[in-house]
Amino acid sequence: MTMKNNELETKNELQEKSLFDKTVGRRSFLQYAGAGAAGIALVAAGCKKDRGYENPTMNGGATLDFKDDFGVLNYAYALEQLEAAFYVKVASAPPSSFTAAQKAYFQDIQFHEIAHREFFKAALSTAAIGSLEVDFSSIDFTSASSVLATAMAFEDLGVSAYNGAGSRIKNATYLLLAGKIVSVEARHAAYVRDLISNGTFADLNSLTSLGADNAKGLDAALTPDKVLAVAGKYIKTKINVINL
Amino acid sequence: MNIVNILEEIEKVDGEIYERLNPRRAAMKSFFNVGKKISLAAVPLALSSMFQKAYGQTTLPAAVVDVLNFALSLEYLEYHFYNHCIVGKTPGSAVTDVTFNFPNAASQAAITTIRDHEKAHVDLLVTTLGSAARAPIAYADTDFRAGGTFSTVYSDYNTFLAVAQGFEDTGVRAYKGQAGNLLVSPGILQVALQIHSVEARHASHIRQMRTAASGGSPVYKPWVSLGASGQANDSGVPQVDAVYAGEDLTVQAGANIVGIGGNAGITKAAAVESFDEPLDKASVVSIANLFLQPGKKL
Repeated sequence: MTMKNNELETKNELQEKSLFDKTVGRRSFLQYAGAGAAGIALVAAGCKKDRGYENPTMNGGATLDFKDDFGVLNYAYALEQLEAAFYVKVASAPPSSFTAAQKAYFQDIQFHEIAHREFFKAALSTAAIGSLEVDFSSIDFTSASSVLATAMAFEDLGVSAYNGAGSRIKNATYLLLAGKIVSVEARHAAYVRDLISNGTFADLNSLTSLGADNAKGLDAALTPDKVLAVAGKYIKTKINVINL
Repeated sequence: MNIVNILEEIEKVDGEIYERLNPRRAAMKSFFNVGKKISLAAVPLALSSMFQKAYGQTTLPAAVVDVLNFALSLEYLEYHFYNHCIVGKTPGSAVTDVTFNFPNAASQAAITTIRDHEKAHVDLLVTTLGSAARAPIAYADTDFRAGGTFSTVYSDYNTFLAVAQGFEDTGVRAYKGQAGNLLVSPGILQVALQIHSVEARHASHIRQMRTAASGGSPVYKPWVSLGASGQANDSGVPQVDAVYAGEDLTVQAGANIVGIGGNAGITKAAAVESFDEPLDKASVVSIANLFLQPGKKL
């Protein structure tokens, strides 16, 4: 491992550029992950993949290392996994009281979240964390109010997560990609909120605990530790956060 | 007044506040020492001068000032667009050209909420820019009839909502397009992102108001989809094609989103809906200029 790291040091500057060119190979990935003992979980996940395991479930947990943009993107990938898993379940068996229009829009949202998840997975390539195991035991999927309340919580939390993590991103291309996604999440949030109570699409006073400020017209924004503390209720996989 | 609380509040949005105030913190220390000696009444004045030093024109990079003034112009436009409507609907108002009726109290309340947010954004940007803020835009400087293109904007509710949707979707794209220019000022970048998603929430609601007004035919999705003939503009208003130019992108950072990961359900429309696209400054300026009087254009 040490030898490989030394051998690859000269490729350092290529790494950032190559993330979205999808040419990050196992070697440069090792260089990224091997930068300390804390990277071991990621290395393990990467190695499993190299041996042909598709989507390893991370028994040892997932590590989000915020020392660089990979950490922020994996953080987004984790949240998109959670959202996608929720909407896949809703769309496959919506609450019986959902109207045809609501079913259609929840189907739409499901595909948006799957697209976000798959995009991050493809873009991060071997640097991606594995599949998270979710825990939806607190949600009653037959109840419209339970489903809508959870959808609202996920969407508002997603907005706060992207808004709070944007300034941690160093690369303008990645920042723009996060920006392309967060406004779609905000559109979802407004839609779901209006279903629960028409006119609450941007009720910033109700989002104060997520960092919103109504007097300034500012939406939610939370740091990753706070977001993960809220999201943790729905995630079985242990998520380790380092270098935040 | 608790100075430490104020600083902590600022630190939440600007992690570099202490560095801005003084890199070596010596001045901070001396400030607090002075604070002990001078009367309490003088503290706000001293504080104000301290923040002016920290956030004055000299400390905002020129590129950031440009972005914020650009954003401020758009916020003035949005604010006046909605405010004129709400003022015109106020009994006894001198504004008499707003002749359409809101279908219900909820729709007027929603427009009022949006107006209030746009006003808050104007105020916040003016405060942040301080002496670097552009000259205010007055209602008299605007032309929301766009030289006759939207002559019924204040007499026909549907036209009003169509233009509103154009403004909100443009706003979302404009902020997105400028985010990269704010990387140098993380605190301001976050504020811009927090405004950006509020505009997206507005856009979502306006689109739902349009669907309600049409009785469900046509439907305007809360998210930007493909138009009925597969074109980028899904608003049904060809006059605002420029607002949606390039929104039909389906490849993100080299990854084709259509069917990504073997998901056949991710059609072209779904791929378009999943990602909102930025708009460059020049394109946004030419859209904004449609709604400004000659001599007042950006």
